[in-house]
Amino acid sequence: MTLLNPRVSRILGWAALAALAVLAVFGLWVAPPDRVQSDAQRLMYLHVPSAWIAYLAFGITAMASALYLWRRTRSPVWDRLAASSAELGVLFTGLTLVLGSLWGRPVWGVWWAWDARLVTTAVLFFLYVGYLALRRVPAPIEARAKRSAIAALVAFADVPIVHFSVDWWRTLHQQATVFTPSLNAHIHGVMAFTLWWGVVAFTILFVYLLDRRYRLEALEEDLEARELTLAIEERVQGAGLTAPPEHVEVGARG
Amino acid sequence: MNLIQEALLVAGKDLRIEARSRVTTQQVLPFGLIVLLLFAFALDPDRGVLSRVAPGLFWVAVLLGTLLSIGRAFAIEAENGALDGLRLSGLDGSALFLGKAGAVAVQLVALEVLLTAGVVVLFNVGLGGIAPLVLATIAATVGLAAVGTLYGVLSAGLRVRETLLPVLLLPVVAPVLLGASRAWEAAIDGASGDAWPWVALLGIFAVLFTGIGMLVFGPLLEES
Repeated sequence: MTLLNPRVSRILGWAALAALAVLAVFGLWVAPPDRVQSDAQRLMYLHVPSAWIAYLAFGITAMASALYLWRRTRSPVWDRLAASSAELGVLFTGLTLVLGSLWGRPVWGVWWAWDARLVTTAVLFFLYVGYLALRRVPAPIEARAKRSAIAALVAFADVPIVHFSVDWWRTLHQQATVFTPSLNAHIHGVMAFTLWWGVVAFTILFVYLLDRRYRLEALEEDLEARELTLAIEERVQGAGLTAPPEHVEVGARG
Repeated sequence: MNLIQEALLVAGKDLRIEARSRVTTQQVLPFGLIVLLLFAFALDPDRGVLSRVAPGLFWVAVLLGTLLSIGRAFAIEAENGALDGLRLSGLDGSALFLGKAGAVAVQLVALEVLLTAGVVVLFNVGLGGIAPLVLATIAATVGLAAVGTLYGVLSAGLRVRETLLPVLLLPVVAPVLLGASRAWEAAIDGASGDAWPWVALLGIFAVLFTGIGMLVFGPLLEES
């Protein structure tokens, strides 16, 4: 029913909380303000990790969907994992967009710019909002799983095309600072550490949330199955049909 | 029967239904023209805005028409258990996909021809480089029909089909709108060289999603 041992999960939860607290201290006080952007730049310590988690989450969704579709590895585990990860992906993509917008206002002077990476992220957000909407449609679990897995892969196949088309269209976003060949060459040591710490803290948080969301998904499926059994029992009794043996005994005694 | 013959059979069936029911000619095509009129109301027609943004408006109108065509393509299968008939027909899943998508593509071409006349007459647009214009349109149409048919069968038989389809389809076809609009702009401005990268992108999109559609249409049809 769960991805992780409950104890491991609990430890992860506390670890995520502690890591985020450390991130807050480093991000708000220890790291120096940026020379050009001053305090606004501190949003980077949340914005970049959110974006990283969003990509990680959608990557996991695509991988889990492929594993579900491949007959040899088909298991409800992959379906639940894909669903949980996509939901977190949408959450963190939304967070990335909001944080980016808050950062863009003081630095660029606008809430939103039609820059390649912003537009790609917005399309990504809506691609997976559609995926979640499809998942919400009531259907037998296996039919839904197959349909969702295919939709997830179609969305994933679309991502590079969206990326290239939007990239050709326009580019204004600041160039990648950290993921360049000369690692960390462009930013101050404490800033680099804080950024990396943010990525670590968000990753721990993501794993913890993924496990909780997975458990919730499994419980929901379980509840649905139980409700169905209950409904069938009620229908059988209400119609005065032959009830299961133990009920007959109770009735006879009464 | 080979793949092509089977696909033609399915496409022929759909187009015959359209020819007899006239839903495309009496509803989808006028809808496209109404959208063009609405754009003229929304944007001031006197200051040359319309002719400058005509490519984008044209493709937005085509996208909206695609939503209607896809909805229609699967609405005709919903009646009289036609979907079960398709499942039991023994036709190959890939052929079914190509047939359905082909019929949609033919209807979209009809819509595009009409809308082209519409933007030329109403928005005062002169068509420049015909070759990139036509190739971009064909590639975009195949892409739209392919993804549309794929999502059409994905949401076929669901009660929320009408509202679900736009949410699923429009983000995926965002690159088509972008590429086709830019290709048209370049072609109309007479800068055909700028149009070719977009035509290539549209071509890749069309091939990719036709391939995916042929692979997954059969399994999806069984589930819906």
